[in-house]
Amino acid sequence: MTTPRTASDAPAVRIRGVRKSFGRLEVLRGINLEVWPGEVVCLIGPSGSGKSTLLRCVNHLEKVDGGWIEVEGELVGYRRKGDKVYELKDREICRKREQIGMVFQQFNLFPHMTVLGNVVEAPVRLGKARQREAEAAGRELLARVGLADKESAYPRQLSGGQQQRVAIARALAMRPRLMLFDEPTSALDPELVGDVLSVMADLAKDGMTMIVVTHEMGFAREAADRVVFMDQGRLVEQGSPSEILERPSHERTQAFLRRVL
Amino acid sequence: MTLQGDGGTDPRGHGDDVRAVPLRHPGRWVASAVVLVVAAAVVSSLVTNERFQWDVVGEYFFSSAILSGLWTTLWLTAVSMTIAVVLGIVIALMRLSPNPVLQGGANLYTWFFRGTPLLVQLIFLFNISALYPVLTVGVPFGPQFFEIPANDILTPAVVAIVGLSLNEAAYMAEIVRGGIKSVDHGQTEAAQALGLRRSVIMRRVVLPQAIRVILPPTGNETISMLKYTSLISVIAMPELLYSAQVIYSRTYETIPLLLVASIWYLIVTSVLTVGQAYLERRMSRDQRNPETFLGGLRRHLRVHDRRAITRRERP
Repeated sequence: MTTPRTASDAPAVRIRGVRKSFGRLEVLRGINLEVWPGEVVCLIGPSGSGKSTLLRCVNHLEKVDGGWIEVEGELVGYRRKGDKVYELKDREICRKREQIGMVFQQFNLFPHMTVLGNVVEAPVRLGKARQREAEAAGRELLARVGLADKESAYPRQLSGGQQQRVAIARALAMRPRLMLFDEPTSALDPELVGDVLSVMADLAKDGMTMIVVTHEMGFAREAADRVVFMDQGRLVEQGSPSEILERPSHERTQAFLRRVL
Repeated sequence: MTLQGDGGTDPRGHGDDVRAVPLRHPGRWVASAVVLVVAAAVVSSLVTNERFQWDVVGEYFFSSAILSGLWTTLWLTAVSMTIAVVLGIVIALMRLSPNPVLQGGANLYTWFFRGTPLLVQLIFLFNISALYPVLTVGVPFGPQFFEIPANDILTPAVVAIVGLSLNEAAYMAEIVRGGIKSVDHGQTEAAQALGLRRSVIMRRVVLPQAIRVILPPTGNETISMLKYTSLISVIAMPELLYSAQVIYSRTYETIPLLLVASIWYLIVTSVLTVGQAYLERRMSRDQRNPETFLGGLRRHLRVHDRRAITRRERP
């Protein structure tokens, strides 16, 4: 086990015995994982290993079949009462999701809104800020991801790398305590990957708690505090980037790294 | 191979300016000739057949009875279509709901209203007082709050609006459902991840994108609705067709009055078609390619310029 970067008694995310099946296919077979505040955890593994599904369980885009996930000490999507667990209402789940930003492989920007419109939509709709304050904060965020001059462009007019950086700004606009990245660079042309990764590295440096599903071993080595290797729905091994990427102890990790490095 | 070719007049030459002789289409020429002959026959009969009675057409075209019928047709179309769109959205959302009762109800509704002819539905509704002489509001098998004779409520106008909109809603529901399903699920997920609520996601994210798919067929439905209002003539509501019928049943000038109605229908559907095309163009500009009309034109011209230059620059 690595020592957490920030000394803190409570983990930001606690995943306990999480199981999930799609029909007969068991995607997650009992996952246990802690993520500490300010920590950057990279999930790596072959496709179909369940890493994206695990990430999507963290903000309840997927329901878990068994086990539980806590973010900041609260269950996600459920409420514990006695020894029973109840699913929350849409409104309550939304309140929890506000604290968790997510960035998708396919960007999923809203094509009918401008760049700035995408960024301010959630804070304005959820009453976090008035239109003008939200726009000012949005412009700041766009500057932070290097897109200050694109605020009135539409997503379609931007490159993939620019769209993904807008998506990051959009997620940050809700001032999340935790950011989830689901293969954020997999849909990008190779020359555009660097811009997105450097934005993510800056975010990590600023102390954001991040869980990143990625195939970018370079990013994992540079920015991650901990690398977690998953295979066939199980967490195979975890450790510091150098431990996992250079001296993996598990045979399956070695086989995977031989293929991707 | 020579690069200077003098206009490519040399058939064996491989100069760059070779002009291909276009393929001839004799079949098209024959077909065009047939079309022209038929058109000429139609025009000549329109002019020479006195039984068209064009003078009578002109006499009644702007008569107050016809114009008030036209007005009824127009507002009936507008009101029924508006109700149908709203009801259609509700039924579409029911069909997309995970709840089997809502889903089943919506399916049953669509099945019934698409499976029986509109004309039958209208006559049925007009005669509903035979089935329910008294309409009551209350709990099924329980207490009744108030009651009213069916004939007091179901005037021809109410039957027309209810009949047309209930029927149209079934079709609109399918169109809306198709539009909603055309929006990528990633859009919903991204909005969910931001913490937006389901109703907000539908209103702000999904429907504005679905509208692009929903609008063109809705335009077609509006045009169909305009024509279907003529069915209302069977319940003696003076819309455009019935107004014409009332006149010719008195004067026996059947053909000219049907022409009056037909020409008015053509005028209105033409206007609606133009409006629909304009709206579609505006929608696609806003959403797909958000640029101004002039900007688009300028860009278009630039592309052509460049093409022209490259063509000239080639030896």
